[in-house]
Amino acid sequence: MQLVANIIVLSAIYALISCGYVLIYRVSRVLNLAHGELMMVGAYLLLMTASFTSNPMVAIPVAAVLSLTMGALVYLLLMRRMTGESVLAAILTTIALGILLRGLIVIFFSAAHQYPAVPLGIHSSSVQVLPGARISSLSLILVVVTALVYASLFAFLRLSRWGLRMQAAGQNPLLAAQRGINLHAIYAMVWAISMFTGSVAGMLISLDAGLDQTLIMIGLKAFPAALVGGLDSLLGALIGSLIVAAAEVLLIQYVNPLLADVVPFLILIVMLVVRPWGLFGTREALDRV
Amino acid sequence: MSDLSPMRVVTALIAIAALIALPFLASGATLDIANQILLATIGAIALMLLTGFAGQISLGHAGLLAAGAFTAGILAQEIAAPFWIGIPAAALTGALLGVIFGLPSLRLRGIYLAVSTLALHFLVVYVGGEYETRRGFSTGILIDPPVVFGFEFWDPVAWYPVLLFVAVIVWLLARNLLRSRTGRAWAAIHDTEPVAAALGINVARTKLWAFVISSAITAMAGALFAYYRGFVSIEAFSLFVTIQYVAMIIIGGMGSLLGAVLGAAFVTVLPHAIEAASALLPSSGGLAGSIFAMNYAAFGLIMIAFLVFEPGGLVGILRRIGGKRGTR
Repeated sequence: MQLVANIIVLSAIYALISCGYVLIYRVSRVLNLAHGELMMVGAYLLLMTASFTSNPMVAIPVAAVLSLTMGALVYLLLMRRMTGESVLAAILTTIALGILLRGLIVIFFSAAHQYPAVPLGIHSSSVQVLPGARISSLSLILVVVTALVYASLFAFLRLSRWGLRMQAAGQNPLLAAQRGINLHAIYAMVWAISMFTGSVAGMLISLDAGLDQTLIMIGLKAFPAALVGGLDSLLGALIGSLIVAAAEVLLIQYVNPLLADVVPFLILIVMLVVRPWGLFGTREALDRV
Repeated sequence: MSDLSPMRVVTALIAIAALIALPFLASGATLDIANQILLATIGAIALMLLTGFAGQISLGHAGLLAAGAFTAGILAQEIAAPFWIGIPAAALTGALLGVIFGLPSLRLRGIYLAVSTLALHFLVVYVGGEYETRRGFSTGILIDPPVVFGFEFWDPVAWYPVLLFVAVIVWLLARNLLRSRTGRAWAAIHDTEPVAAALGINVARTKLWAFVISSAITAMAGALFAYYRGFVSIEAFSLFVTIQYVAMIIIGGMGSLLGAVLGAAFVTVLPHAIEAASALLPSSGGLAGSIFAMNYAAFGLIMIAFLVFEPGGLVGILRRIGGKRGTR
């Protein structure tokens, strides 16, 4: 039972992170390898706001709004310039951005392990969720938040005007632009949303477990989840996260704890050999890259 | 390449003279940096062949370097193999891994290929780490310096001519390879695969060749690195190393061997330059801890600057300067 609870929590973490990869890829066909770093930046934004106010009801929303803004700025100031460049150039730009952010974060916040939960006065307690299974209260919140984020993303993409525009831009940018959709606005928005969801994940993880550069690795490990499900499918990201998390928890439990960092990538390799476009991805996406 | 303008000949002669004179003039520390540049050059040329010429994206370069270094280290540790077994064995391991790294390229392109090589990187690093813990070398494997006719290679002065020789050989090999049928086939699949196939090029075999040759050279560079340092640890082959090599070929200039050399030199010297610069600043006490972080930041910034403003890299800048002088 405890294992089941652990799998659910880990898959919620991966799902909350991996939807960021999916959103950006789906709309702009860019693979954002700086997602782990952007997510970490979100967590450090919380650390920063927490140093001004000890009220979590103020600190968390302010940090979230800041991360939304920063996500849009990443597109407007940097990624916009990569429009029309090769796939490789765009990926490399995100990698370079990641390296830059890693350095800047250590310069501004130091590399020490820090706890944003302390100034905010948040204490994590253990909650009985299933018979014989306990998780921390923050993990429970994380699972709930993930469910909320996915529900609102589905609703947003299907029902709202801007969501439909996003879908259109992802399917055919040229036609979308000719119908009067402002592609730059769409792309900026999707970067903002992606950084926002990633940051929420980063904040919740760091409230629970503290904050340092290892957060990047968690972000990177969520990427195989997105790919296993299909890089352009939100539902796929959800299922992929569940698969990757289950495999990781079970293999760590029964085989070897050192496997933790490699399991997601093993699954990734298997998936790339068998069905590169993922469980729910569209096949034609492969030829477009 | 073929035009032998006096300008080029003079530049080449000066460069050769400088390379020969270096060990007599430079201090041990400077020569160590020169050796690191030479090692990086070998690895960068290998990556340039694969990405810059054959057009196959790889994010598994550090994994291949690690594979080479660990092959040499494990052989030295387990059967006390001398370097003349260790280095060819490393190249062979690299070639085999090249086939594995290359197999996904037959079905995948672009980001999917990048991702599969990234995944293989983590796999290789895991196997290396597993070996370290299983055998109880939790901090790393020690390797005795290579001995040739009773002469021990352990200081940078002795290593410099060896590494220079290997780097020159690899460069010549790469240059001739690019002029051969294989090299032209790489150029063809780089541009458009269907057209290459229509021209009668076996696309699958050509791609695999690119991976095999590049990986073999990379693993050899890894083994040389292991012998040079006398020490192998998986810590030395993080994802950042891959990023550094990718940065070398971008900063140097894609699709140019000279670019690989310039990029290798630039990326290797950068951290030393930053360290020297921060030592000059007055209140360097507080900065000392964040030199590592400053390296990262500067590195990211420079990479972005090249990608956005100068996609042709250093070679592109050189060509432009040359063009302005009217040599063309």
